[in-house]
Amino acid sequence: MPLLELSGVDISYGGVRAVRDLSLHVGDGEIVALLGANGAGKSTTLAAISGLVRPSAGRISLGGTDLAALSPAAIVRLGAGHVPEGRRVFGGLTVRENLQLGGYVLADEREVNRRVAAVCELLPVLAERRAQNAATLSGGEQQLLAIGRALIARPRLLMLDEPTMGLAPRMARTVLGLVKEINQQGTSVLLVEQNARAALGLAQRGYVLSRGRLGLHGDAAGLRADRRVIEAYLG
Amino acid sequence: MKRALLAFAAVATLPVFTISPYVLNMAATAGIFVMLAAGLYIVVGYCGLLDLGFAAFFAIGAYTSGILATRFELPLVATLPAVLCATVLAGIVIGGPTLRLRSDYLAIVTLGFGEIVRVTATRLEITGGPTGIYGIPPLAADPVAFFYLVLVVTALALTGAARLGRSKLGRAWQYVREDEDAAEATGISTYRVKLAAYVLGSVWGGLAGVLFASQLSAISPASFTFLQSALVLVAVVLGAARNITGVILAAAFVAVTPELLRAFPDARYFLFGVLLVVVMLLRHRRRATA
Repeated sequence: MPLLELSGVDISYGGVRAVRDLSLHVGDGEIVALLGANGAGKSTTLAAISGLVRPSAGRISLGGTDLAALSPAAIVRLGAGHVPEGRRVFGGLTVRENLQLGGYVLADEREVNRRVAAVCELLPVLAERRAQNAATLSGGEQQLLAIGRALIARPRLLMLDEPTMGLAPRMARTVLGLVKEINQQGTSVLLVEQNARAALGLAQRGYVLSRGRLGLHGDAAGLRADRRVIEAYLG
Repeated sequence: MKRALLAFAAVATLPVFTISPYVLNMAATAGIFVMLAAGLYIVVGYCGLLDLGFAAFFAIGAYTSGILATRFELPLVATLPAVLCATVLAGIVIGGPTLRLRSDYLAIVTLGFGEIVRVTATRLEITGGPTGIYGIPPLAADPVAFFYLVLVVTALALTGAARLGRSKLGRAWQYVREDEDAAEATGISTYRVKLAAYVLGSVWGGLAGVLFASQLSAISPASFTFLQSALVLVAVVLGAARNITGVILAAAFVAVTPELLRAFPDARYFLFGVLLVVVMLLRHRRRATA
């Protein structure tokens, strides 16, 4: 049974059906890329998995549990970590406080602090800046912080929304390298990326969304070689 | 922390220089107003919820303690548990259904709530109608003792608000204020967190109401108008820098200035308005250049 499974999902957003009849899955330990143009419904799909918007039809399950009746907090507890688009770390709080926010669903504050320390080990650049306001970090560092924050809850599935957007190529490589490392430690990843080449280089499989509908999908190597994908996304 | 202690000590020496009841009373009024602002700061400052009817909680605190103390001849301190219950309940009743709405709706609902409480107090018999309640027993025997009582309670209220701001809940409040969707995605139940801010703010307001009832020994609906809510909000907006210190100064300014302008009875609120605008502009400029 796959870790994450969407079957026949419709999502309406302000009267518009943003996603129609979407079925996809992410297996245990996989990295799966979700590609598509702006407005194809990628972020909406992630929001639906997190419980921030509710599908009007279809079923979403994580680890076999139907998510329909669960609050966003319960979905985080069940193991879904969501790093939203545009980083969205909280500039007014310190790096450490931002990381602590990631452990909000945990009752034990000491356990949160242990996990913050563990994430700092994984991301030394954050450890150095622990006491600084997050606003003073560079864009790339903020992205690392946003990912680190999602890791505090120890997700089984990490969903990343355009993690390399607006980053310099070197920083983008660092971020994607981190994603690979997190995956090797056992976390499954659903990766939304505009940089299709990099995403398909990292992922085992990929799905292409266009205007809310599922288009091509299959293993990453096949998609990378597909002429239609090359024309549309790899240029 | 050190600066806070120094400021506390400095204010505490006031009775050394003067024991004029007028001055001490004014200082106590300012202190109560600072406490109100600290409560609203939890709601507006930390959590970003626009509350236009904060005086309602001030009124609920003052009336609950005033009614119980005069009807049952209780000392005012004995009414505190009832005040806590009443304000928590009121916070839940108003916040519960409205905090699910967008924040601009909340502003309208709280505006209405403020008026409902005031009008209800004017109409009901138990609240003494338009004349209100008088003969409320004081918490302290003389102006100096009351001054110190207000000073200590306000200091505790400020410390409490500041500590809440640095707590796990406080971090969640600020995150909700900055980016509600991202907070929700992190697993913060934004509704519960907002309700906690609203209820805690109302408790602060209610306790300030008890001090107010004690100070005046008489309360009437005229003390709990929309203007009062607006002035507390002015203090919070004017003072809201990154910490609570600005709110203290702004609240003291807003509370004391109209009193100092008593020499110009006709132009009092006009001058106060002009001063507010000038201070706002100066502050804005300093911020822009900083």
